[in-house]
Amino acid sequence: MFYREAGDFKTSYADDSQTFPIKFDRYRYWAVLAFAFLVVPFIINDYWLNAVVLPFLIYSVAAIGLNILTGYCGQVSLGSGGFMAVGAYACYKFMTSFPGMDIFSVILLSGFVTAAVGILFGLPSLRIKGFYLAVATLAAQFFLVWLFNKVPWFYNYSASGQINAPERTVFGYAVTGAETQAWAVYLVALIFVVVLAVVARNLTRGSLGRKWMAIRDMDIAAEIIGVNPMTAKLSAFAISSFYVGISGAMFFVLYLGAVEVGEAFGISKSFIILFMVIIGGLGSIFGSFAGAAFMVLMPVLLKNIMVGQLGWATDLAAHFEFVIVGGLIIVFLILEPHGLAQLWRLAKEKLRLWPFPH
Amino acid sequence: MSAGFYFGAEVFINGLMTGVLYSLVALGFVLIFKSSGIFNYAQGVMALFAALTLVGLQDGQVPFAHLINSIFGTQVHHFGWHLPALLAILLTAGVMVVLAILVERYILRHLVNQPDIILFMATIGMAYFMEGFGDLMWGSEIKKLDVGIPQGGNFWIEENTAFLGGEDFYGFYLDSLDIVAAVFAGLLVLSLVLFSQYTKTGRALRAVADDHQAALSVGISLRFIWVVVWSIAGFIALVAGIMWGSKSGVQFSLSLIALKALPVLMLGGFTSIPGAIVGGLIIGVGEKMFEFLIGAPFLGGATENWFAYMLALLFLVFRPQGLFGDKIIERV
Repeated sequence: MFYREAGDFKTSYADDSQTFPIKFDRYRYWAVLAFAFLVVPFIINDYWLNAVVLPFLIYSVAAIGLNILTGYCGQVSLGSGGFMAVGAYACYKFMTSFPGMDIFSVILLSGFVTAAVGILFGLPSLRIKGFYLAVATLAAQFFLVWLFNKVPWFYNYSASGQINAPERTVFGYAVTGAETQAWAVYLVALIFVVVLAVVARNLTRGSLGRKWMAIRDMDIAAEIIGVNPMTAKLSAFAISSFYVGISGAMFFVLYLGAVEVGEAFGISKSFIILFMVIIGGLGSIFGSFAGAAFMVLMPVLLKNIMVGQLGWATDLAAHFEFVIVGGLIIVFLILEPHGLAQLWRLAKEKLRLWPFPH
Repeated sequence: MSAGFYFGAEVFINGLMTGVLYSLVALGFVLIFKSSGIFNYAQGVMALFAALTLVGLQDGQVPFAHLINSIFGTQVHHFGWHLPALLAILLTAGVMVVLAILVERYILRHLVNQPDIILFMATIGMAYFMEGFGDLMWGSEIKKLDVGIPQGGNFWIEENTAFLGGEDFYGFYLDSLDIVAAVFAGLLVLSLVLFSQYTKTGRALRAVADDHQAALSVGISLRFIWVVVWSIAGFIALVAGIMWGSKSGVQFSLSLIALKALPVLMLGGFTSIPGAIVGGLIIGVGEKMFEFLIGAPFLGGATENWFAYMLALLFLVFRPQGLFGDKIIERV
């Protein structure tokens, strides 16, 4: 009833190939954007920003990046944490070397640096496949973290080995450093997320995305019908790392402010992002958002219930969190291996038929 | 011969000993991968869980004491007995079998025919679950594990090798624990080989590893084989847990040795038992020698974290199936 193609006649090619061909989808999309840009900035406060909204936005970008590589191109990567670290350290070096640069170009440039590093570590994917590749990407994870720990140039020879985000302003409002306001930080992150998500959505619908999917489904067959596996795989690595690098840069400048590389970008970060992609749904941009929301909200919720309501000790709650997260992941994989995105697809099917079930 | 040469040789031998322990963890991976095609990330956490259970049983800790105290306001912590090491080890082995049955019953059975990545993710979920569960059950503080394995430098070897060098050479320093671990790992491998070659179950195991469907068609129960394989992997985890636990205490970092076993797998091939052994030795020696010759003097140390991965990565570029892995044949 609400969700139908019938009666929605397309009269031009532009209409026919738009991102959301169904009217209900289109309205929902604009409504969500309007809510995010016009309502949220006025009601957001520091707690919601730092506990929920900002991690969600930043992890969404990382999840989209990994989804491009793993979900669309079929190359499993466990090195996302390392690539986030590249983004963060590139961002730090740009900010301290060129104090005049504005925050948007700094973050974008860090993305490009990470893309270059991603191509470098993507080279083995031309020879290695499957789990061998997954383990090979761990090399990137451990090597990069070690590099940022051991080479003082990366953290400007500071005594603590940490990097700290200097203050930057946008139109006079501080968005990084100590004196930030919740709505300003939120808007900067939101702009990146929206633009990157739209770009990703259209990339994956276009010829590049189709090449990736051909490689994912069967690389040899794809090669035979004329997809160049080298450009397809390396472009997936580059674009994926670009996204992950931007999320790492945002994680550093907007969210944490001060970073110690082993702690912030360790192997567990790689796994969390992989969880988001799997739980959200491989090969779906919406799924990346859903997975990020799930993985960010659940620990907050569990902590609130166990520590806040039941009054348990925090270490007990932390152990329980592990048990519940692990259990939920298994239950999820058993019940719906295609992730939250598949649930959404099923819901849409139901909506299309409702209220007549046949 | 200079003292530097002997020092290098000592590093080499110590690398071999560490390599044996890596092989031990890698063996658990290979067994499960061969028989069920599952890349079991939880292998390291299984070692941690086994070691925690062993210590808990030995010291007579009350399981879930912290949780019970939190809910009921009681003050229980120990039963007050102290089990002999051998009995505790046997009981822990029993726990690992129960674990294998539970994993088969509640996880694997429902995930038949799913893509590899989903199964891999399920084992990561399992790793999270068991990590939290183990801490919940036995507490998360660092524990001392003592099952009577001698520790510290081995004086006999030190005294009897001193004559090799000159004035400033005092013999090779080897940890007794490493020697015991190497012997046990060797015995374990030997018994595994005998088991898989000469017993009925072992033959069934190899049949499943060769071809699932063909094995099913001649009447081999896949589920039984899975339970057997996961139990064996559990025993291996227990042995690895005892060795690493005695060496550095039972703590969370124990589960990270699984990550060390991954490059070993890449090097040796995911499907090869000899590959796991040889790969482990190469990685163990390689990372110690690299740290000794290049890492510590020129790169600022701590290269052990990534060297194994880089070595495996470079190796794979030239030989994608690993040292002993099955030849990869691809068809459209």
